[in-house]
Amino acid sequence: MNHHAVKAIYHFEMARTFRTLMQSLASPILSTSLYFIVFGGAIGSRMMDIDGVSYAAYIVPGLILITVLTESTSNASLGIYMPKFTGTIYEVLSAPITPFEIILGYVGAAATKSVLLGLLILVSARLFVDFSVLYPLWMLLFLVVISVTFSLFGFILGLWADSFERLGIIPTMVITPLVFLGGSFYSISMLPPLWQTITMFNPVVYLVNGFRWSFYGVADVHVGFSLAMITLFLVTCFSIAWWMLRTGYKIKS
Amino acid sequence: MSSYILEISNLSKAYPSGHKALKDVSLQVERGKILALLGPNGAGKTTLISIVCGLVKPGPGSIQVDGLDVIRDYREVRKKIGLVPQELSVSMFETVWDTVTLSRGMFGKPADPVYLESLLRDLSLWDKRKSKIMTLSGGMKRRVLIAKALSHQPEILFLDEPTAGVDVELRRDMWGLIRRLRDNGVTIILTTHYIEEAEEMADRIGVINKGELILVEEKETLMTRLGSKNLTLELAEPMQQVPEALAPYNLTLSKGGAQLVYTYDSHAGHEISGLLKALQEQGIDYRDLHTRQSSLEDIFVDLVAEGI
Ligand SMILES: Nc1ncnc2c1ncn2[C@@H]1O[C@H](COP(=O)(O)OP(=O)(O)OP(=O)(O)O)[C@@H](O)[C@H]1O
Ligand SMILES: [Mg+2]
Repeated sequence: MNHHAVKAIYHFEMARTFRTLMQSLASPILSTSLYFIVFGGAIGSRMMDIDGVSYAAYIVPGLILITVLTESTSNASLGIYMPKFTGTIYEVLSAPITPFEIILGYVGAAATKSVLLGLLILVSARLFVDFSVLYPLWMLLFLVVISVTFSLFGFILGLWADSFERLGIIPTMVITPLVFLGGSFYSISMLPPLWQTITMFNPVVYLVNGFRWSFYGVADVHVGFSLAMITLFLVTCFSIAWWMLRTGYKIKS
Repeated sequence: MSSYILEISNLSKAYPSGHKALKDVSLQVERGKILALLGPNGAGKTTLISIVCGLVKPGPGSIQVDGLDVIRDYREVRKKIGLVPQELSVSMFETVWDTVTLSRGMFGKPADPVYLESLLRDLSLWDKRKSKIMTLSGGMKRRVLIAKALSHQPEILFLDEPTAGVDVELRRDMWGLIRRLRDNGVTIILTTHYIEEAEEMADRIGVINKGELILVEEKETLMTRLGSKNLTLELAEPMQQVPEALAPYNLTLSKGGAQLVYTYDSHAGHEISGLLKALQEQGIDYRDLHTRQSSLEDIFVDLVAEGI
């Protein structure tokens, strides 16, 4: 294991994050606060409790995930797209590192940022809404695994994208709809039966439900099944990213 | 320890576009030498370097570095290699220090601020270590690339047009640096369009044209074998034609008969005294004489012209 390389890439990427700390943290926190004010405060007060949890508290896990998913995707994709775009990727390609080490450095840094961001939103949410976390360790585990999975997804996106347009389109056209339709703001049992079935094909459902279970102990899907599905996405994303680096897909001619 | 630090055997490369960038290239490079690769635009120089360094997928053929296969033993091989790419690919928002530190780590070496300081001082970048790269001039950026390539103390250094966009004074400095590296045992493979540079620096010279390695030879051998010399005599009295008695020397007249030119290869210097004696016997007077050796440039132009 070339741990110097993993460390070097990780530090370099974290430095990039901290250099742009204000925008990395300020904008997600601002938008989440807006959600809390609108959905939690204004609308939430007129909504019934779901599964015995107040609506404002019910949406907290989903809101955290919205930011974690979009930030993981965009941060990890930019992290590898920029070197491709500026040509500095030559150094990664010529270095004595395995695909696994490259992934560890880049994805590790992106996931770290997402976990920190998720925790920060969790803390700021507490300022708006009264809630407690039933299983903190499970919560942390879900947060980490989800951050890693979507950072891997972003990494794949960054390797694949040929232009900034393509880089930007996936988070807005794919992630956002999946998150909104994935039960972040409602219980899927509130949907008509046909939509309930369709929703089951949305991977975000499993993330949101697993994560929400760690908060309140309630979920539309069994937590074991959630965890299995998340692990499946993780392994799939990792395999694709590894294969792309291994074969030099889109980066080596 | 293999006698050659780099051994390329029958390497070919076709890009996905179908373009054949390298055709059956074989090349051996001795440890501690400077090899200059010359060739016109699009000859395949960058492709060759990129394949050795892992940036481009190799075609058929084999490449060994220090006896190790570049594919199978890529981790060992790449630790030994430093690359300065042709393009000025630098991450604009980082500082010089950060980017050099990243490079050293990436190549598996523990941090060594003392070495990095001496490296940056050598490249006159020490004062700029805290500057963001985007604030540097083009020549400085190129030196940053060199610093990155040397950050892990490689045994072989590939320089793809290291002095493009570098001013004359700095180019001299860089040549000095390259020589010092060579003296410390680093093998250097550089490509250049400046033949003057190859002539000045290289121990060996390779010429690539249209994906084929036309020749690789010691610079001295190349210059004596293919180089020729001219002796030009400025005549006191212009002449219409070369006298019969001087026919064995194959002289030519130029400048409307004002100059007499004798062309000879480098081995045949002793015939000059014979010529001069013959001129005296013929009563041909001359005001001045000078000799000129064909440069590598002339040789190169001839070679590539033949290849077309
Ligand atoms: N990625 C690529 N895909 C397709 N063709 C390529 C690619 N890279 C280079 N080529 C082609 O391969 C040939 C050799 O290119 P290469 O960059 O190796 O030349 P070079 O000798 O370095 O030229 P220069 O002196 O201009 O740098 C050129 O015809 C070029 O167009
Ligand atoms: Mg080139």
